[in-house]
Amino acid sequence: MQEMDEKQFLIDKVLSAKANLDQKDTSELLSLMRHDTVNKPVVYIGSGTCGKVASADETLEAIKRYLQEKNQEAEIVQVGCIGLCSFEPIMDIQLPGKARISFRNVTQEKVEPLLDDIFNSEVPYELILGQFKSARHNAWDKVPFMNELPVFKLQHRIVLANCGICNPDSLTDYIARGGYQTYLKCIRNYTPEKICGIVEQSGLRGRGGGGYPTGEKWLTAHNVVSDQKYLVCNAAESDPGAFMDRAVIEGDPHLLLEGIAIASFAIGATKAYIYVMDEYSQAYFMLDQALSQLKEYGLTGYNIFDSGIDFKITLVRGPGAFVCGEETALINSIEGKRGMPKPKPPFPAIEGLFGKPTVVNNVETLANIPYILRHGPSRFNEIGIPEARGTKVFAVSGKAMITGLVEVPMGTKIRDIIFKIIGGVKDGKDFKAVQIGGPSGSCLPENQLDLTVGYESLWNEGAILGSGGMIVMDEDTCMVDIAKFFMNFLQKESCGKCIPCREGTRRIHEILENITRRPTGESGFEVLERFKGIMQLADLAEVIRDTSLCGLGQTAPNPLMSAMKWFREEFEEHVFDRKCKAGVCKELRLFYIDVDKCTGCVACLRKCPVNAIVGQPRQPHFIIEEKCIGCGICFDVCKFVAVKLK
Amino acid sequence: MRLLLFSQQCHNIDAKQYFCGQLTHSKDYRSMQTTLDEIIHKYKPGSREMLLPLLQDIQLEFGFLNEEAILRVGQHINLPSSKVYGIATFYDQFRFVQKGKFHIKVCCGTSCHMHGSSGILKEVERVLNIKEGQTTRDGRFSLEAVSCMGACGQAPVMNINGEFKTALTLQDIAKVIDDYRSSM
Repeated sequence: MQEMDEKQFLIDKVLSAKANLDQKDTSELLSLMRHDTVNKPVVYIGSGTCGKVASADETLEAIKRYLQEKNQEAEIVQVGCIGLCSFEPIMDIQLPGKARISFRNVTQEKVEPLLDDIFNSEVPYELILGQFKSARHNAWDKVPFMNELPVFKLQHRIVLANCGICNPDSLTDYIARGGYQTYLKCIRNYTPEKICGIVEQSGLRGRGGGGYPTGEKWLTAHNVVSDQKYLVCNAAESDPGAFMDRAVIEGDPHLLLEGIAIASFAIGATKAYIYVMDEYSQAYFMLDQALSQLKEYGLTGYNIFDSGIDFKITLVRGPGAFVCGEETALINSIEGKRGMPKPKPPFPAIEGLFGKPTVVNNVETLANIPYILRHGPSRFNEIGIPEARGTKVFAVSGKAMITGLVEVPMGTKIRDIIFKIIGGVKDGKDFKAVQIGGPSGSCLPENQLDLTVGYESLWNEGAILGSGGMIVMDEDTCMVDIAKFFMNFLQKESCGKCIPCREGTRRIHEILENITRRPTGESGFEVLERFKGIMQLADLAEVIRDTSLCGLGQTAPNPLMSAMKWFREEFEEHVFDRKCKAGVCKELRLFYIDVDKCTGCVACLRKCPVNAIVGQPRQPHFIIEEKCIGCGICFDVCKFVAVKLK
Repeated sequence: MRLLLFSQQCHNIDAKQYFCGQLTHSKDYRSMQTTLDEIIHKYKPGSREMLLPLLQDIQLEFGFLNEEAILRVGQHINLPSSKVYGIATFYDQFRFVQKGKFHIKVCCGTSCHMHGSSGILKEVERVLNIKEGQTTRDGRFSLEAVSCMGACGQAPVMNINGEFKTALTLQDIAKVIDDYRSSM
């Protein structure tokens, strides 16, 4: 019953813009709906995919059990990811009249003592993350504010503003935060041209990596005369190590849907598609749920709020191919064909899905739209640098101290992101490189960290912004191995349309395999082949870059070229000295036996697959280097630490 | 390789029984056909854009795409079955071999790679005595290497029937798999 009232209230008063939202009773009701003020305790649990991996489900069960046993009345809200994946499962508690307080790494056994303390108004300091600043509530003593923590201090959150804070399951929560009012304002008061103009003024550029001005793209599609136009939201995020889009969908799905609705109106599309990876089962579920809520409220369907506008969103499950991130390939995939790119022009904005004008936008681009239209283009235009306005979300992973999501204004130095926001490299290791832009991005060494986040500023240095993966590497990482890893990924994911990309990436991978392979038993001819390959590496990369059709091929040599440029000595070490300093390239490892420590237990001698170890029982053993294949079995079996790396 | 496998499925009865996991005239086979019918008839005949969702639904039901399914889908969508097979092999999601009772996915994303996932994958291959993409002979385990599961914070990770195993070391693998083996 209460739900029904809420719905009617929101539809009649808020969305129809009939009530004065500043009126006291209305604003109080709204603040209750968005959990700004609460009547009973609320427990929030981070249940995004990263939370679930860190066993948030068990924590949730433990909380439910606790509340039942202690007969404590409280509401449980499952929220998305706040962007601190290494601190998951994160649990927040909001007591009536008190500020919301956040705890990290709350595994199931920690639930009971923690809740005991909190309900007795004590703070367990060892698990504390911070508290949320709010003018309405009393702050906790000696608890740092979230926005003053070093992680959040330098961030500027537009897209992630409500991720991990609001309830992603609830449309009432989103509307109470001012959601969909911008969309309705647009369809009531603005012409599509005006919206395109506002977006153009704001300086928003595509966040998927291409960096094409969004407003311009929309205007092109808007100006084409056609009986049907489409908007496609590209949520085919298949870069390894990038999870921004998933976090936005799981944490704040309605933000994306509102962006899609506004964009569709601006270009005159009545149908929108969201192409989500099938592996993102939770994201798909969240979107599906959000779409059925929209239907209930009449925000999609025919004649939305008596405006005469029809609009429908369809979810498409992407069957998993990296190349489908390219817009023409994505369109082919929706049409039920192989996800292979097509030559441009004709651009999709003129001839796209089913031959009709289509705008393809990334999730992050669309998630910026409600902010721009709510606050006007000038406010967005103040953030960032002239070449790129607004913010960029990065998914930081690898050997970083804090793994998670970071949203910074354009123009932030990469050094600041790594050392100030995420706290540098974990385990006290030295920083070696950072890889930006997903598998086809570049590795930047320490002396390039003063580059700023932006499109041209990175392109000029041979790097790309890409979709926003950022992988931090420490001294234990071998750059040749990383280049080999990315080339292997790209040669698997190349669609096979252009020969330079299909064959070239494979050849590069083979050449890199060759230089990391142990030279045992290599004939003179093979050595010659190996060197010939290395000498042709740079030429090959250039050919792939110049002659490929789509972004995948054109950027495919990037990881290799940047690694060769900045870490040349490491490549030379692999080629000439046949050594891997980091010890990652297993086949290049050389072992020796410390005669003082060896007891002659024959364990290694028995296990050696190539009989490269000689020696008598109870006498020190020796390794014959020419025979050794570097498998490392002797190293693993030795109980006396007598087998050592050279 | 996959093509070879497929032609084997088509012509070699032993292989067919092995891969499809059922006899052609058994009760199971008939019930499989009815389920297949039900799924296919949910979709409009002849519409090309429904091809991928249809294949996804079939895979969701059976765990893999068998020869029968591809032929039937081809007839329904009005597309040569060779094309249907071509499209299905293009995408990573579709499998043509029966899944094991426990389906193991090892994450080989960048972050996991840096934390040693290639070693983890080799160790799983060694323990199960199969290669990536295969199913054990007793049908208990199948192994798949995936590009990223988005759990980069807890690398390296492995997923067994939806259950995540995080921060793995080489020594953990044999124990984890033994636990599953003994749970049957």
